[in-house]
Amino acid sequence: MKRLLLFIATFSIALPASAQTVAITGGRVVIGDGSPAIENGTVVLSNGKIVAAGANVAIPAGAKRIDANGKFVTPGLFAGFSRVGLVEVGAVEAANDERAATSVFSASLDVQYALNPYTSPIAVSRAAGVTRAVVSPGIGRSIFGGMGAIVDLGSDANMMTRARAFQFVELGETGHAKAGGSRSAAHMMFRAMLDEARRYAVNPADLDMDLLKPADARALLPVLNGSMPLLVHVESAGDIVQVLGLRTDFPALKLVLIGASEGWRVADAIATANVPVIASALNDLPDAFETLAATQSNIGRMSRAGVKVAIGMINDSDAHQLRYTPQYAGNLVALTRVPGAAGLSWDEAFAAISSRPAEILGLAATLGSLKPGRQADVVVWSGDPLELSSQAEIVFIDGAQQPLSNRQQRLRDRYKTPSEGALPKAYER
Amino acid sequence: MNRKSTFIAALAVFALGIGGTALDARKKDKEEEQKAAPASKSAPFPSTYKAYPGIATAIRNVTIFDGEGGRIENGVLFMSGGKINSIGGPDTPIPADVAVFDGAGKFITPGVIDIHSHLGDYPSPGVDAHSDGNEATSPTTPEVWAEHSVWPQDPGFSRALANGGVTSLQVLPGSANLMGGRTVTLKNVYARTVQGMKFPGAPYGLKMACGENPKRVYGGKGRMPSTRMGNLAVNRQTWIKAEEYRKKLKGGKEVTRDLALETLAGVLDGEILVHNHCYRADEMAQVIDMAKEFGYKVSTFHHAVESYKIADMLAAEGICSAVWADWWGFKMEAYDAIPENAALIHNAGACTIIHSDDANQIQRLNQEAAKVQADGRAMGIDISDAEVVRWFTYNPAKAIGIAEMTGSLQIGKMADVVLWNGNPLSVYSRPEKVWVDGALLYDAKDPARRPVSDFELGQPGEGDVK
Repeated sequence: MKRLLLFIATFSIALPASAQTVAITGGRVVIGDGSPAIENGTVVLSNGKIVAAGANVAIPAGAKRIDANGKFVTPGLFAGFSRVGLVEVGAVEAANDERAATSVFSASLDVQYALNPYTSPIAVSRAAGVTRAVVSPGIGRSIFGGMGAIVDLGSDANMMTRARAFQFVELGETGHAKAGGSRSAAHMMFRAMLDEARRYAVNPADLDMDLLKPADARALLPVLNGSMPLLVHVESAGDIVQVLGLRTDFPALKLVLIGASEGWRVADAIATANVPVIASALNDLPDAFETLAATQSNIGRMSRAGVKVAIGMINDSDAHQLRYTPQYAGNLVALTRVPGAAGLSWDEAFAAISSRPAEILGLAATLGSLKPGRQADVVVWSGDPLELSSQAEIVFIDGAQQPLSNRQQRLRDRYKTPSEGALPKAYER
Repeated sequence: MNRKSTFIAALAVFALGIGGTALDARKKDKEEEQKAAPASKSAPFPSTYKAYPGIATAIRNVTIFDGEGGRIENGVLFMSGGKINSIGGPDTPIPADVAVFDGAGKFITPGVIDIHSHLGDYPSPGVDAHSDGNEATSPTTPEVWAEHSVWPQDPGFSRALANGGVTSLQVLPGSANLMGGRTVTLKNVYARTVQGMKFPGAPYGLKMACGENPKRVYGGKGRMPSTRMGNLAVNRQTWIKAEEYRKKLKGGKEVTRDLALETLAGVLDGEILVHNHCYRADEMAQVIDMAKEFGYKVSTFHHAVESYKIADMLAAEGICSAVWADWWGFKMEAYDAIPENAALIHNAGACTIIHSDDANQIQRLNQEAAKVQADGRAMGIDISDAEVVRWFTYNPAKAIGIAEMTGSLQIGKMADVVLWNGNPLSVYSRPEKVWVDGALLYDAKDPARRPVSDFELGQPGEGDVK
């Protein structure tokens, strides 16, 4: 009992880490909204939120100071599309919840029940400065995969930022195959499912539904009325145009294009429709007939046409390798020096992996930048975060400084000298 | 051990592997066999690759990584007749009447070499009709040759050239089989035929595979192997047959030609190099012992994500590790992969190679190497830029068996050269010009020097920057 009291006492004295006021000084501060970096800036965080960031920021008395002289200070990276937290080992079925291959449900599947904050890719990605992610289910028996979430990659048990943040549907080659083998089948299925949901909304007792379970119908209602974004995976220019056309019959749809490797070919139409895109950064191969015109200049060209674009990992090591995010952004900067190519400025490239995903998912008021009032996801980097030589040195999520160790580092340290010592390697830790 | 002595130890290991006496012995064997069995020594499907004409070109005022650990500031590189003619500091003479480029702010490396590619045998588009990498109908198919699957119109070759500076690559069969077949080394120059791409004089390789893939593929068909012990048993039984076949050949006996056993006899003779897909450290150790049992040598373990656990053994055995920078977690045998793997292999004095196995990452082998360099530095292992460049130039050339001809910027070698618009270990750098055998085959500033395969002709995006 005595020990328990002591325990409670200790805890009541210590402020939770996120409540602490921290001032990170002297660094090159990147707000993350596409604005130019600020030399010798200060970032103040308190109670889990950004208080201020920029030049001439007053440092509150009693703040814990972190010297970031010679370093970069940025918002945490926001993975625009991923499967992090759903998979421990890809090829081990029991450790892979990316898709529900044989479930009877479709749109009602909800990744919040599959997300596991203790999967090792979360710790590995966190150590690389990734603090938030869009997590989407893959599809099972239907073209609809279910509801995805926005998560944080903190070390605590609660990773949910927003559950049921969007619905995911495949309307490219994957969806065509699933729907019965043609584009017309995929669009028919899409329309028929939404029609069933609409009928269900009018009369829930109407159980004359072929394609949807009641739970699936309920899940599609917010998609129909536009209160839940619909993330649509398509790649080809033709499929993109068809998807934009869905608004004729379903005017409220809040569309977000995923993938869109040929988006540059119809960039003006996407911009006119005011539909944002979460795109693969470096797809440049005709690896399918739907990506014949893929080019690394895709994002740069769409951006130039006025499309809001974020970088995502679409079917591209999407559970394990979110640490590629800054490398991808850096490559888009590299394109600005290649004749005839279109890339992004450094500031825009960084925004594509921080504020843009937040804006596209409707979370710009709380996430994705170092503007006052945002959740305090902050990373201090050894150097330019988009450069291959840089490392994330300090990571805050919701104002709490994060542990950066992970299983890979433990293996690294054990085998720094590969030969065995006085005892087997199994005793070295 | 300091860096210099580590380096020397690594050299010694190489010398042991292919040094004078061993080479002489093999030469002798070769001569004997040519008498005994001319059929197995014939060279069908010969290379018809011809270097394209280039103009004598010098680049001056450029930073040069020579591929063998050397770095020259304000350097000069001069190539003519398809060969490296001279290389050195600012005082290196440049003949009159040659094209001279100013390389201020730019960098030169040897042409990038990927030791592990499936361009051509798993080409784009990746439709079923193009799936030609695994003859997954028998666990041992040393009789198949990757070159008979390579589609020379794969659009991926152009991306590897333009974005990756890749001038040579080894294309392997897949890893469904324990013995997947012969590899082929190509010049990354489009041709109407595969023969027109074949790297002249490159030795063949034999693709082998450990672990999960063979046992899954064949266990799934209800046949052997279905376990790792089955993998080893099938391999050893097959090597026994190869030994018998070779013995008959050596004894001058009349034998019915057997394409599978010809390949394996070529391995036992040291003419065909073993490229063994093997993830786990314990399995690599098993393969090393199997190789000793049958008297062959493994050139390189590919996808060797656990080499860091036995880097000392690999250094002692003189076996290269061809690895990704950081792939992990996609299957059980990739679970212990770490991003410091290549740095730890290098640090132990073992031969280190960055490979792609991927039509995307072949475009960024330089970047993948740079990430390892950074992760090594973060744990206190400092590896110079010039050393890191070896991982995607000279070391793969050595492991494929073409280092006498390419892989570094030595005078007299093929003028396979990349001019980068910045340090190739920076994310912001891209190839500006790529020469193969002295011919300018990619120029970022000239759309006419950007290859477009037949497949892409007349398609949307034809000739685009990619």
